[in-house]
Amino acid sequence: MAEKIRLQLTVNGEPRSVEVFPMARLVDVLREELKLTGTKEGCGEGECGACTVRLDGRIVNSCLIPAIQAQGSELLTVEGLAEQEHLHPLQQAFHHHNGAQCGFCTPGMLIAAEDLLRRCPNPDEGQIREGLSGNLCRCTGYVKIVDAVKAAAEGGRA
Amino acid sequence: MIGIPAIRKEGRAKVLGRARYTDDKTFRCLLYGATVRSTVPRGILKAIRFGEGIPWKEFTIVTAQDIPGENRVAAIVKDQPFLVEVGGMINHAEEPVLLLAHPDRYLLEKARRAVILEVEELPAILDIQSSLDRAQIIGGNENIFKELRIEKGDPASVWARAAHIIEGAYRTGAQEHLYIEPNGMLAIVAHGDHEDQVTVCGSLQCPYYIQKALMNLFGLPADKVRIVQMETGGAFGGKEDYPSLIAGHAALLAWKSGKPVKLIYDREEDMAATTKRHPSRTRMKTAFDEAGHLLALDIDFILDAGAYATLSSVVLSRGAIHAAGVYRCSNTHIHARAVATNTPPSGAFRGFGAPQSLFALERHLDVCAAQLGLDPAELRRKNFLKIGDTMATGQVIQEKLDLAGLMDRTLQEIGYTEKRRSFAVINATDEPIKRGVGISVFMHGCGFTGSGETYLASVAGIEGLADGRVAVLAASTEIGQGKDTVFSQIASEALNIPMELVEVAQADTKVVPDSGPTVASRSTMVVGRLVEDAAYAFKQALIQQGFLEEPYTPELFREAVRRSHARFGTVKCYTQYHKPPHIEWDDQTYRGDAYPTFSWGCYAAEVAVDTVTFEVKVEDFVAIQEVGRVINPVLAAGQIEGGVAQGIGWALWESVEWKGGRMVNNQMTNYIIPTSVDLPRIRVAFLENPHPAGPGGAKGLGELPMDGPAPAVLNALQNALGNLRLDEVPMTPERLLECMEVACG
Repeated sequence: MAEKIRLQLTVNGEPRSVEVFPMARLVDVLREELKLTGTKEGCGEGECGACTVRLDGRIVNSCLIPAIQAQGSELLTVEGLAEQEHLHPLQQAFHHHNGAQCGFCTPGMLIAAEDLLRRCPNPDEGQIREGLSGNLCRCTGYVKIVDAVKAAAEGGRA
Repeated sequence: MIGIPAIRKEGRAKVLGRARYTDDKTFRCLLYGATVRSTVPRGILKAIRFGEGIPWKEFTIVTAQDIPGENRVAAIVKDQPFLVEVGGMINHAEEPVLLLAHPDRYLLEKARRAVILEVEELPAILDIQSSLDRAQIIGGNENIFKELRIEKGDPASVWARAAHIIEGAYRTGAQEHLYIEPNGMLAIVAHGDHEDQVTVCGSLQCPYYIQKALMNLFGLPADKVRIVQMETGGAFGGKEDYPSLIAGHAALLAWKSGKPVKLIYDREEDMAATTKRHPSRTRMKTAFDEAGHLLALDIDFILDAGAYATLSSVVLSRGAIHAAGVYRCSNTHIHARAVATNTPPSGAFRGFGAPQSLFALERHLDVCAAQLGLDPAELRRKNFLKIGDTMATGQVIQEKLDLAGLMDRTLQEIGYTEKRRSFAVINATDEPIKRGVGISVFMHGCGFTGSGETYLASVAGIEGLADGRVAVLAASTEIGQGKDTVFSQIASEALNIPMELVEVAQADTKVVPDSGPTVASRSTMVVGRLVEDAAYAFKQALIQQGFLEEPYTPELFREAVRRSHARFGTVKCYTQYHKPPHIEWDDQTYRGDAYPTFSWGCYAAEVAVDTVTFEVKVEDFVAIQEVGRVINPVLAAGQIEGGVAQGIGWALWESVEWKGGRMVNNQMTNYIIPTSVDLPRIRVAFLENPHPAGPGGAKGLGELPMDGPAPAVLNALQNALGNLRLDEVPMTPERLLECMEVACG
């Protein structure tokens, strides 16, 4: 087995440094080494999107990314959305519109939605559905999630 | 507080990523657990050998021989072992045989693969027909776990005089729950001088089911087995019975190693090994008079239970009772059987047998309508149950019931009449996209079937806290449906205080009483009613103690609770379920009031079918239901939307592929559930008709939305494509192609 490497990266704006195997999965590095358990694992094969994080400006399934690929990168996870106790507009909208039911897809869904609104600040319903189609939800039928993203884009809570 | 769209209580923790699920919890000296399973569907376990190249001494290894108590999962029937013993029978291909634990989960996985099972393979039964043919007798009574008949009138007296007799056969496939959080448990065992203390935290629906299973496994009393629910990432019935095995396995490893053990299934193991919706086969024979009135209904309903009895007898009961649907029929026979096969046991899944039998009936009615030359809605309208009518079990409808009004509202919302007319014109052209609209009308019984609630005798309570707030004490689990919020609303309404003053205790057997399992659309109606009654009792206690007088402000209430707590310590008021006197049920004859009440629904689907690729797109979906009073319109709509999505998935895409008794597409890559682009905006509305059984007039609604989508979607397909034999779900593009080839002959 390969030797461990020192992985240095910026997570949610903070510089972090951990010793990990180069092929360790990024989701494990986040959850186990950095204790950021907000990011979830639902399938381990890049299908469900529960482990979605933003890596250098692009969203990825962190279960498919080897640690070494994140060397020197900038990462955003669900823990980085809120400003301390002040919810991000998307979190606020998901909370207000019941966009989180069991909540297990929510962290990945929020990161995907954040990425969508960054690329497309005023999406229509079709664009929202397309933008979130890499993230599976089994509870909501997606209606409340779509409504939440729409509300966040419109800048209101209603 | 009842009727308002209160914000989800645990929602903030969920959107912040702070909600603690099982795998988020960790311990020092933690071991990871793994399960070695059979790979053949039937055989005798001859020996277990340990392959080379693995430092086996480092591993905690548990076999059936290690089990301190009884090696049987305590369920309705004790037939399923926690682990197959050497010399014992293997009854399905995912049967647990041996458990391993190690601190390094990569080495653990290598070790799991290095265990060699010597098995004398025996011929297996892998489908319903082979089980009925009894080539091998593999379980139950001659391969039958449960058989029941519901008899009303005499269909045989009708066939000769009926103007029309129409028969059909319908099948439904297995369905995987696919909660996004896989199953998992975390166990700690403290060795005591006399007795051990077992604690298991996990992703689960029914803490007291697991407690009972572990008491039997370890031979311990209830106070030595503590089960704690962690935040649970979806369940849908899939975390009802199987978690007893996982909790037992984790606890055995923790007990033997003396260390905390985490046993989390990866997605492939979860999909392959844990329960799924029962596959079904239903044969229907119906008689109508000249005008389309239903004269007789003869139904043969069969469920594939898999290798062990588990919950199949009660799934079968619910399925059979729902088989005659929402129609008046004087002559009804329902013969229902749950048969054994050498596949992993089928289990609870939202709807619990009713989606299978209602698919058959609601699909069959559209086949009948076509043969009778009637519009499907009009055929239904002629036969709807009304107040005073009698259902198949003899239950008399005693509530105001306006199914025609419910259906008309749905027809109007979807634009049924205009669409059927305009689609007929378009579909007659060469246009490759054919369009159709279809409906289903159905009900779902609220609470346990028959005398189930009486046997459960559930308890819930209210506790006064030192800071003046109150806590709801109930074993009902929050699994995404919104139970914490709804219970808070119920308690705050009864106590006339803001929701912020109501806590909901974590489902922990050390803290909450046994309120029964979180299943059967019973939490709001049955347990919620107990919470409401306990809240009234708690308020009365404060008044009798002299701390509270009506009317009061929230601050005065809070002060009263504080003073009561300071004076008497913890005050808890409990209430227990008692059978209402007017409800009667006979378990032997299947006669009587099967449920205290039903929720009712009419759904409509509009589809577009590409006759070149056989892809089906659901373009519009309307879901209108009567569920008594709605406690929280936003959470209720969320439940319906999610249930409809699962129902559409089951109707069109979710196909479990079997090979040699194993699920072979046990990955999210090739078991397809709907994404956000696969679904239309599901349009939901509630018609309110408060019912006295539930708190504030509420009935159950969690399972109802699973019953209607599959027949509505397939009926829409029939409308689009003409009279094909669309008698099976999922109707994947491949199956649709086959149906169209058969039709073209």
